[in-house]
Amino acid sequence: MPEREMLFREAIAQAMREEMRRDKSVFLMGEDVGPSGGIFKCCEGLFDEFGPQRVLDTPIAEAGYIGLSVGAAMTDMRPIAELMFGDFALLAMDQIVNQAAKIRYMTGGQCKVPMTIRLAMGAGRSSAAQHSQSLQAIFAHIPGLKVVLPSTPRDAKGLLKSAIRDDNPVLFFEDKMMYNDKGLVPDDDDFLIPLGQADIKRSGSDVTLVATSSMVTLALEAAERLAASDISVEVVDPRTLMPLDEDTILESVRKTGYAIVIDEAPQSYGATAEIAARIGEKAFDYLDAPVLRIGAADLPIPFSPPLEMPTIPDVDRVVATVLKQRGR
Amino acid sequence: MAKKTPAKKAGTPKKKAPAKTKVTTKNLRAPTDTLWFMYQKMCQIRLFEEHVWDVYTRGLMPGLAHLYIGEEAVAVGACSALRDDDYITSTHRGHGHCLAKGGQLDRMMAEIMGKEAGYCRGKGGSMHIADMSVGILGANGIVGGGFGIATGAALSAKLRNSDQVAVCFFGDGASNQGIMLETINMAAAWNLPAIYICENNQYGEHTPYQAVTGVKDIADRAKGLGLEGLIVDGSDVLVMHETMSAAVAKARKGDGPTLIEAKTYRFHGHHVGDAMTYRTREEAEWWRDNKDPIKLLGQYMTANKVAQQKELDAIYKQVEGDVLAAIEFGKDAPFPPPEQAYEDLYA
Repeated sequence: MPEREMLFREAIAQAMREEMRRDKSVFLMGEDVGPSGGIFKCCEGLFDEFGPQRVLDTPIAEAGYIGLSVGAAMTDMRPIAELMFGDFALLAMDQIVNQAAKIRYMTGGQCKVPMTIRLAMGAGRSSAAQHSQSLQAIFAHIPGLKVVLPSTPRDAKGLLKSAIRDDNPVLFFEDKMMYNDKGLVPDDDDFLIPLGQADIKRSGSDVTLVATSSMVTLALEAAERLAASDISVEVVDPRTLMPLDEDTILESVRKTGYAIVIDEAPQSYGATAEIAARIGEKAFDYLDAPVLRIGAADLPIPFSPPLEMPTIPDVDRVVATVLKQRGR
Repeated sequence: MAKKTPAKKAGTPKKKAPAKTKVTTKNLRAPTDTLWFMYQKMCQIRLFEEHVWDVYTRGLMPGLAHLYIGEEAVAVGACSALRDDDYITSTHRGHGHCLAKGGQLDRMMAEIMGKEAGYCRGKGGSMHIADMSVGILGANGIVGGGFGIATGAALSAKLRNSDQVAVCFFGDGASNQGIMLETINMAAAWNLPAIYICENNQYGEHTPYQAVTGVKDIADRAKGLGLEGLIVDGSDVLVMHETMSAAVAKARKGDGPTLIEAKTYRFHGHHVGDAMTYRTREEAEWWRDNKDPIKLLGQYMTANKVAQQKELDAIYKQVEGDVLAAIEFGKDAPFPPPEQAYEDLYA
């Protein structure tokens, strides 16, 4: 398959462009997604190609346009809604949690809700507490939703195309610090990555790092450094929290005997807790040490860089945690 | 997908209850078939709800029951101006909307009893009845929950270049939810084929709307949102039908949304069992005596020699038989097996 190097945000745009060409029911709505191409430039070129009928600039009314997406999805359309910052999903919680996630179930399967919500997540750019959150666990907690967290441009394209084709409401989290990451992406309209399939981003034999989204990059850097200390690290990227590819995670842990789970959200009550618990429940006998977790401090994200950066996971902390787990 | 049932013709009154009396009066406000259809539909809703009260108090129905008695003219006047492929969203007080749009008595009754044969296979109950095959996008348990879905359906109709319209029923209570502003603003900005029908029944649960609402007429809010706002007597099914027909024609032509405020009253409490300490008996009696929509239409039909009282009584009897049959259907239908709880989550 021919591949082309592109930025993460370009892979997002390419996935949407291909799906909009392929299926007339796909349309995009959100704040500034039209002629300006979205504040993170993920929608560049779409308005020019598809026009105002299919690329709709919305008012700043998140509950409103997420609500419209639900209704459109129930009536033969396939909306993609961009939430400029994932934090704004909290304004649309009734629409996402009470409506999108439940309407199919409540009506005994009479309808489908094929909608994708794209949300920018994550800290690291001095955006402070209301523009930096990583809210994935909240949505993974709601039956009826699917939750996707790509970590590379390649995965972004393949997973977003699957999300758009999925007949369920999908929340697609994009770490805003990755938008300008470069990577090779298959130049193929039918390149799809199924939702619910983890990816081993690096093979190793001594410890399993289960990492989501941009934490995969940290884990890979830590693995490189730990190789120098003769510790062979396996990095497992679940890619989707709901559905979760438990088998791939457990298989890796059974092999290595050590597991550390990394996610950028506040550490308490998050995705790391769920994954660690499942490892504890299902692979306990294989563990040579307790499962450890790495997340952000249980704080709102502060603004000033010297305050912000130490609150979120970094490579040093990953390396130190691996060593601590082995008693080194 | 749930098993499809043949679509009932909600919006095509000609097939319903043919007029039996020779009509001599000219200048009727609606064709005689429409009058008969509306009379029959309102009786159907009234009787369904009266029997829901009975079914509820006999313990045949779990959960809560919010009755539509007294408001029948709003749903029937509105839905008789719609086609089967038009959309509605309904509310927690939704039985009337669903019947008016073509919902079937037996599957509704089975659903509120929690049976597998119900519209939602027992997963929704009274507050979530839907029939996608006739455009009922669901009753909704969240006050104001229909605004997003209905407006989205209207956007969908526009993007697909269909001439469908979407109707959002909501109450005076929902008119104080923020989602109303967000969605109606988009409908106005984008000229969507949406119609917002506020059933102002004077009380949001137990609180008089005037105690918590900055305007006397909800329709006044339309001006601030950029669309036409109309006020109608919600006990007059004819004026409701006329107003709605005009709004539907306007929406189909692409001339945008309308907000209609129907002044109405729920003859019963917020739900079955509500002691109604927040309103006077005299007030409720006044509405029953003066604003019963079925009585008013019956009077119109007899005064204009469309019907004789005994024919109206016969309709009522016939509809009561249908409702009783639906109750038997619901009672006899099996409960869903527990494992079905795990079905219908993801498509």
